Amino acid sequence: MAEAKVEATGTPVRRGLTRLAAPSDDKIYTWPHLVRAEFLCTLLVIAFMLVWSLLVDAPLEEPAAPTRTPNPSKAPWYFLGLQEILVYFDPWHAGVVAPSFIIVGLMVLPFIDINPKGNGYYTYSERKYEIQTFFLGFHVLWISLIIVGTFLRGPGWNWFWPWEPWDTHKVVAMTGIDLPYQLGIRSYWAQAAFGLVATAAYFAIGTVAMYMWVVKKKGVEFMERWGMARFGLTSFLFLNMLAIVIKMALRLGFNTKYIMATPWINI
Amino acid sequence: MSKWEEFKQQVIETQVWRSMFRHGYEDTPRNRILAVSGNVWLHLHPSKVRKHGIRLKFTWCMGGITFLMFLITIVTGVYLMFYYRPVAEYAYADMKYLEFDMPFGMLMRNMHRWAAHAMVIAVWLHMFRVFMTGSYKPPREFNWVVGCVLLVLTLLLSFTGYLLPWDQLSIWAVTVGSNMARATPLIGHEGPFREFVGVNDVYDARALLFGGGEIGPHTLLRFYILHCVFIPIVTTIFLVVHFWRIRRDGLSGPPA
Ligand code: HEM
Repeated sequence: MAEAKVEATGTPVRRGLTRLAAPSDDKIYTWPHLVRAEFLCTLLVIAFMLVWSLLVDAPLEEPAAPTRTPNPSKAPWYFLGLQEILVYFDPWHAGVVAPSFIIVGLMVLPFIDINPKGNGYYTYSERKYEIQTFFLGFHVLWISLIIVGTFLRGPGWNWFWPWEPWDTHKVVAMTGIDLPYQLGIRSYWAQAAFGLVATAAYFAIGTVAMYMWVVKKKGVEFMERWGMARFGLTSFLFLNMLAIVIKMALRLGFNTKYIMATPWINI
Repeated sequence: MSKWEEFKQQVIETQVWRSMFRHGYEDTPRNRILAVSGNVWLHLHPSKVRKHGIRLKFTWCMGGITFLMFLITIVTGVYLMFYYRPVAEYAYADMKYLEFDMPFGMLMRNMHRWAAHAMVIAVWLHMFRVFMTGSYKPPREFNWVVGCVLLVLTLLLSFTGYLLPWDQLSIWAVTVGSNMARATPLIGHEGPFREFVGVNDVYDARALLFGGGEIGPHTLLRFYILHCVFIPIVTTIFLVVHFWRIRRDGLSGPPA
C-alpha cells in the first residue's frame, strides 16, 4: 500500500482518497472531505424526511368556514410563544412590539457585544453573561413558552395538563386588577399618572442599576470602552425582556392586570 | 496494492470503462483544488477548509440542513403548484384531489409541510450554534444580521404557506397570527394611538396584509403570491449574500 509518491513539489502523495499532503496549517481539502460529508448528510436527511413523510400525513381539516371559530384558535406553533405572552400583555405589545424588539435585539447583538473572547469556539466561562442572557431569551422565554402554548393550552386559552380533558366550560376567575388599584389608588387619573411614573421609573432605575452593576463587575475602564450608545441599547432591550418576566410574575402571583392604564395605551 | 485497488485497476482498464471515461482522475492537490474551483456549484466552498469546521460537533450541520430543507420545499412546492389553484372555491378541493388522485401527491404534500417545519427548527438550531461558537463576532457581524433577516423570512415563508390549504386549521391559525397587525401602534385600527392617524378596519396594517377588512379570497391570492413568488425570491437573494460572506470570511474557528 504505502507507495508514497513524491511529486515535483516535494509533497508526498498517497493513492486513494486518504489524507493528502499536509498543508502547513490544519486545513484539509474541500474535495473530497467536506463535499463527502455534505453528500452523506444530504442523503441521510432526505432519507429521514422521506420516512417521516411516508409515516405521518400533513393535517387537512374541514373546509374553511369563516363564521365558525374553533376554540382554541392557535397560531402556527412557532408563534405560540408570542400568543402565550398575549395572556400577559395587550396585542400591540405581544404581537408587534415584542417581536420587533426580539428581531432588533438579535440584529444588534454583534455590535453591542464587544467581548473579543469566545470567537469561533465553545466556551462558557469566557462569555458567561452573554450566554445567560441568550438562555433567558431563547430557551426560557421563546422555547418554553412555545411548549406551554402547544401542549398546555386548551379552550379559552386556559391551562390544561395533557391528561385533563378539554372542558370548554372550565370556569376561571378573570379578576385581574390594575396595579395602581391594588396599591389603593382610586381616582382614575391618579391611577394613570401612577402607572406612567412607575413605568418610567422602572426604566430609569433599571438603567442606573445596570450601569452600576456593570461598573462594579467590569470596571469604569470597560464602561468607557463599551460606550453609552451600546450600553443604552443593551440595557433598554434587556429591561424590556426582564419586564416580560416581571409582568408574568405579577399576574401569576398577584393577579395584576395592568401596571399602567391610560385611555390610549395599557401596559 | 490491496485486493480492492487491484480490482479497481482492472475495471478501469477494461475497454467498456475506457469508452465512457477517457481520462482518469489523478488524486493530486492541484486536482482537488480544481474539482472545487472549476465547478460552478462546488466553488461556493473554499478549496480548503480548516479541519474543525467539518466536524459535526462544531457546526451541527444545521446551516446546511436549513438550506437543504429550503431546496426540498422548492422541489416539492413546484409539484404542488401544478395542481393547486389559489382560488377560494377550488383551493380546498385541489388539496383533496392532490391527496387522493395525484401520483405521489400525498407524499409531496407531506414532504413539503414537514420540510417547512424542519426548516424552522433547523434555522433556530443554526442560530443557536452560531451564537454558542461566538461566530457573530468580528468580522462576521454583518452576516449575523443577514442571518436574522433569513430567520424572519423563514418564518414568513412558513406562515404564508399555512393559509393555502384553506381549511379550518389554516384560516384560523392565520387569523390569529395576522390579527396582531390590527393592534400595531398608530397604523392598526385597534392599536394604541390609532385615533391620531384615523385608520379603520378596511384601511390599516391588517387590511394591507389581508387585502381587505377580513380574511377571504383576496387574502388567499395575496398569501399565495407572497408564498410562492415574492418571499422565495427575497430569501434567495439573502442566501446568496449569506453564502458569499461565509466564503469570503471563511468559517469561524479557534485561533490557529
Ligand atoms: C435560511 C436560513 C439560513 C441558512 C440556509 C443558513 C446557512 C448557513 C450555512 C450553510 C452556513 C455554514 C456553516 C454552518 O452550516 O453552520 C452558515 C453560517 C453562518 N450563519 Fe447561517 N443560515 C441561515 C440563517 C442564519 C441565521 C438565522 C443566522 C443568525 C442569526 C445566521 C448566521 C450565520 C453566521 C454568523 C454564519 C457564519 C458561521 C461561522 O463562520 O462559524 N444564519 N449559514
